[in-house]
Amino acid sequence: MLTDFGIILLFLIISVLFVGAGLVTAALLRPSRPNPVKNSTYECGEHPWGGSWVRFNPRFYVIALVFLVFDVELVLLFPWAVVFKDLGWFAFLAMLVFFAVLVVGLAYDWAKGYLEWDKPSPQTPKLEDLVLPKKIFHKQQKDS
Amino acid sequence: MINEFILALPLLLIAIGSILVLMLDAATRNKQIVYYTSILVLLGLGISAGYTLQFDVAIIAQADKTISANTIFYGGMSAVFDIIFAMGGLLTLFASREYLQRNYKEINECYSLVLLAVVGMVVIAHSNSLIMLFLGVELMSIVFYILTGFFRNREHALEAALKYFILGSFASGFLLYGIALIYGSTGSLILSDISQQIASGNYNSIYLSIGLGLMTVGLCFKVAAFPFHQWAPDVYYGSPTAISGFLCTSGKAAALVALVVVAKNVLSVETSNVNYLLESTTARNILAGISACTMIIGNLSALAQKNVKRMLAYSSVAHAGYILMGIVACSTEGFYAVAFYCAVYLFMQVGAFAIVGFIEFRDEGNMLISDYADLRTTHPALAAAMACFMLSLAGIPPFGGFFGKYFLFVAAIKSGYLWLTLIAVVASIISMYFYIGLILTMYFKNNENPINVGKMQGTKLTVALSIIGVILLGIMPNVFYGLFNFTF
Repeated sequence: MLTDFGIILLFLIISVLFVGAGLVTAALLRPSRPNPVKNSTYECGEHPWGGSWVRFNPRFYVIALVFLVFDVELVLLFPWAVVFKDLGWFAFLAMLVFFAVLVVGLAYDWAKGYLEWDKPSPQTPKLEDLVLPKKIFHKQQKDS
Repeated sequence: MINEFILALPLLLIAIGSILVLMLDAATRNKQIVYYTSILVLLGLGISAGYTLQFDVAIIAQADKTISANTIFYGGMSAVFDIIFAMGGLLTLFASREYLQRNYKEINECYSLVLLAVVGMVVIAHSNSLIMLFLGVELMSIVFYILTGFFRNREHALEAALKYFILGSFASGFLLYGIALIYGSTGSLILSDISQQIASGNYNSIYLSIGLGLMTVGLCFKVAAFPFHQWAPDVYYGSPTAISGFLCTSGKAAALVALVVVAKNVLSVETSNVNYLLESTTARNILAGISACTMIIGNLSALAQKNVKRMLAYSSVAHAGYILMGIVACSTEGFYAVAFYCAVYLFMQVGAFAIVGFIEFRDEGNMLISDYADLRTTHPALAAAMACFMLSLAGIPPFGGFFGKYFLFVAAIKSGYLWLTLIAVVASIISMYFYIGLILTMYFKNNENPINVGKMQGTKLTVALSIIGVILLGIMPNVFYGLFNFTF
């Protein structure tokens, strides 16, 4: 007799076998003609450039965090919306409390200004900073 | 018949209060308002917990619990721990304000984060369901990761935060996997149901044993018990000193409550299942081994430390070992002893960390034991207070630490763990060396330029309250024991 966990294990084994069998058959059947363009990373038609481990701007993290709040909300909202009629007012109130907590999160972000997109303020170097101080400049002139 | 909302008052108060403080910060950005509201919320938690403590267990058992669907445990032990956590939060707030101001880093988020951590702890103490337990542990841990890296421009603070985050999330994974296996084995997440299933022998013993083992690993990590204690010194050293006191007292107490909650429902039950792999005595023997190793390793490592903060961090590992003895005993008396020691430990360790944080002054100066030489001439009151805390940590009467250890030892001996008690006695004798060593340095060593770090304001309150707590629990332990009008 299989227990419930046994069935899950069976599913795991079958899924691994299924994928493995597909890959092995493809490897046996397909012709192998590699060239540099074919081996390069697919970038939606763009020319691949640089490594993928680049630093990106931390403001994206803020957006991702705010997004996460509402992403998780949806996961809980869908099942609730399906059975909402049968559960009645209690479930409705419970969901309202849940929303209230989420709205507090959004309001906090808003009030603290995290929803503003930080515009970079690049510091353009001034001409006098770029030119060497006069003393050093003259010294270099003399030396050369 | 009591309304469930009255019983849930501490939980509701702290949960709503912590969000309120967060919103107040966003709305007003006034440090005074945020700080005093946080204090009010914690006071409210303590008072409402004291109010629910008066209800009898039988009355609470009859109460209608449809709203929480029996996933929350009310009154009794959880109320006692609510008071402990409220006290921990208050002492931390008093000490941290001055500390943060001295380091030019008074950000309001610190106060709301402390409150959110207390919410997590309170949820753990109230959990009657493994999911609630996990939620509480996670809420607390995530806040702790942030608090650890609060000084984000200090290198070792960042290192500590990252280390804590990665290892901590790994441990949470263990905990969650253990919970999943226990659910698979017994078919329930409600702890009282699981306990009934075990008593009737109606479960899968292999899954339950593996699940319990994994849960123990996860929780032992959060407690910083022996094989999983490596993160503790780095984290307690890297986080802001006023906060380290919070991490290693309230945080540890919360993780120990989680162990108590699991132990009282799972380990203290006689099973009728014949092929029980990890029966109660085996599990308790394993825990006893962990406890013995924790106290010996913690105290031996503390011996070698030159930095006061690291010394206290290692000693907190050792104290986790002592407290585990109460869980090993797995009797009502043992759990009482755990609650008592958590309370005493809170006062002495938070007090000691508050003094360290004050003497640190600015940018982590004066952290070595040798810096404390001749403290009695410049700060006589501070030196006396520190001596009190050190003597209490070493377990010397008339301070609370003595009775804390006494109750734990008695509970362990009564459950037949004499060998563990002997090891604990040896370990606490080892610990005397560095506790008393610090006192000797403060009083009998000369220092050409003894440190002077000005006058105390907020920290004074923490230190005074801690001393009162340590001495009161030491001379009148029955006052605290009077709170235990309940059975586990």
